[in-house]
Amino acid sequence: MKMDIEKVARLARLELSGEEKETFGNQLDQILTYMEQLNRLDTTGVEPTSHAIPMDNVFREDEVKPSFPREEVLGISPDQEDDHFKVPRIIE
Amino acid sequence: MGLHQLTIHQLHDLLVKKEVTSREATEALYRRIGEVDGKIKAYLMLTGEEAFRQADEVDRKIIRGEEIGDLAGIPVGLKDILCTKGIRTTCGSKILREYVPFYDGTVIRKLKEREAIFLGKLNMDEFAMGSSTENSGFQTTRNPWDLQRIPGGSSGGSAAAVAANECIAALGTDTGGSIRQPASCCGVVGLKPTYGRVSRYGLVAFASSLDQIGPITKDVKDCAILLSGISGYDPCDSTSVNVVVPDYKRFLVNNVKGVRIGIPDEYFIEGMDRDVERSVKEAIDLLKKLGAEVKSISLPHTMYAVAIYYIICTAEASSNLARYDGVKYGFRSSRFEDLMEMYTRTRAEGFGKEVKRRIILGTYVLSAGYYEAYYRKASQVRTLMRNDFERAFEKVDVIVTPTAPTPAFRIGEKVENPLQMYLSDILTIPVNLAGIPAISLPCGPSREGLPIGLQIMGKHFDEGKILQVAFTFEQNTDFHLKKPALI
Repeated sequence: MKMDIEKVARLARLELSGEEKETFGNQLDQILTYMEQLNRLDTTGVEPTSHAIPMDNVFREDEVKPSFPREEVLGISPDQEDDHFKVPRIIE
Repeated sequence: MGLHQLTIHQLHDLLVKKEVTSREATEALYRRIGEVDGKIKAYLMLTGEEAFRQADEVDRKIIRGEEIGDLAGIPVGLKDILCTKGIRTTCGSKILREYVPFYDGTVIRKLKEREAIFLGKLNMDEFAMGSSTENSGFQTTRNPWDLQRIPGGSSGGSAAAVAANECIAALGTDTGGSIRQPASCCGVVGLKPTYGRVSRYGLVAFASSLDQIGPITKDVKDCAILLSGISGYDPCDSTSVNVVVPDYKRFLVNNVKGVRIGIPDEYFIEGMDRDVERSVKEAIDLLKKLGAEVKSISLPHTMYAVAIYYIICTAEASSNLARYDGVKYGFRSSRFEDLMEMYTRTRAEGFGKEVKRRIILGTYVLSAGYYEAYYRKASQVRTLMRNDFERAFEKVDVIVTPTAPTPAFRIGEKVENPLQMYLSDILTIPVNLAGIPAISLPCGPSREGLPIGLQIMGKHFDEGKILQVAFTFEQNTDFHLKKPALI
């Protein structure tokens, strides 16, 4: 297998079942092999493209504008308390 | 002819002449949905109450003698990837099953300003990852031409709804072909605009350097009308481009005399369905007969498109989907002891198989030690592919190809083989990588009676030219008038 799937899953914060690890492992092996055809091309000195349309940095005036109302934003979160998102204890 | 069968421009004419009301049209559409959607399964949610309120408002305007725009009072469907204020937006995913946005995406705001009527939200592959809607977290949409076949994807709900007359028109999104391939499978018209033509604000992100919103319609004229309605610069999307939006209707002339059409040999790949090849070649012959100048061109890096795409789109997706952590919105698992488990279980329970597969792949190609070999390499070959198009467009005005290598395949046929599924996008992906616009329109049934799509690609921001060629083709054929029997 090309990929240490448990390590990658940990990086992606994704719990995988034993069955998923196996089928994904095999399928991704096949996909990565397919992708290796790119190595046939010499790309020395070729600039990578991140956006197809050339664009410059976008700046705007530093003006204060209204944000979304706090109640609305918090209102759709799974758990909240006193104007905060609530998550399990982080610092012991 | 029932009101549900009308196009945007036909219904608009009747509204203006006061021969029908928007409420009557909206009622006809919901009746139609009630009759056929049990079989098609295009809609995830209907928004009737709000739709009738919008329709009545337009009707009052007409009664008062006020002028109305092209889209006013027209019932449309929305792919469920577009954020709608106060209306659930699932993106086809269980992780967003209960997500109700508190804002409208820019295209939604624009359509509201133009007083279009929203019938409901349409099914899709989860997070737009798929070519069949089989990856939807909720249901598989059926192809109206053959219920045993896929409608294409990821905008399969949108294309099927338009083909089955369950809406007058719809919006879809296209990252690697997700508007054009379903349009091809369902025998309707679909256009992916130039990257930056339409604002992505309020479009749930999949691969941000490739995603675009676009129209799926019953004919080319409707496509031009809906495209005019959603295009334009938006300060809320830093990648939208400040280029003047023409009224795309003015490009609808029945004339291709002197238009230079390029035919890339590389697109007539091995394993292409014979009916697809025949139909597309006949379409090219027709355009030639109508006065177009047809020439052979080469896009030599076409064969690398799928490899480039599935590195870049999964890399971007793994980053974009990191936001689904069970903290700010969406689903949160109830089985966890600590924060890390909350993340990993929320994502394990909330995401479907294909999304997990792509997150893993994307994380891998971006990870230390592999970034250069995969992501950087793919981004470089993307440049070579862009250069192919730039060179080609020095010699031709548009490029004509098939949209997909085969007509719609059977449900279940490719589920177990992701690479096979990925390869079905090979003819649509290069357009997204290059950021150019392209349209798919019907060019003939296969021997089995299934729709086939003709793809026309254009230069950046030259949607007008592809609409002109598509309109001319449509005016001289009747493929777009064929409708599924829906027995």
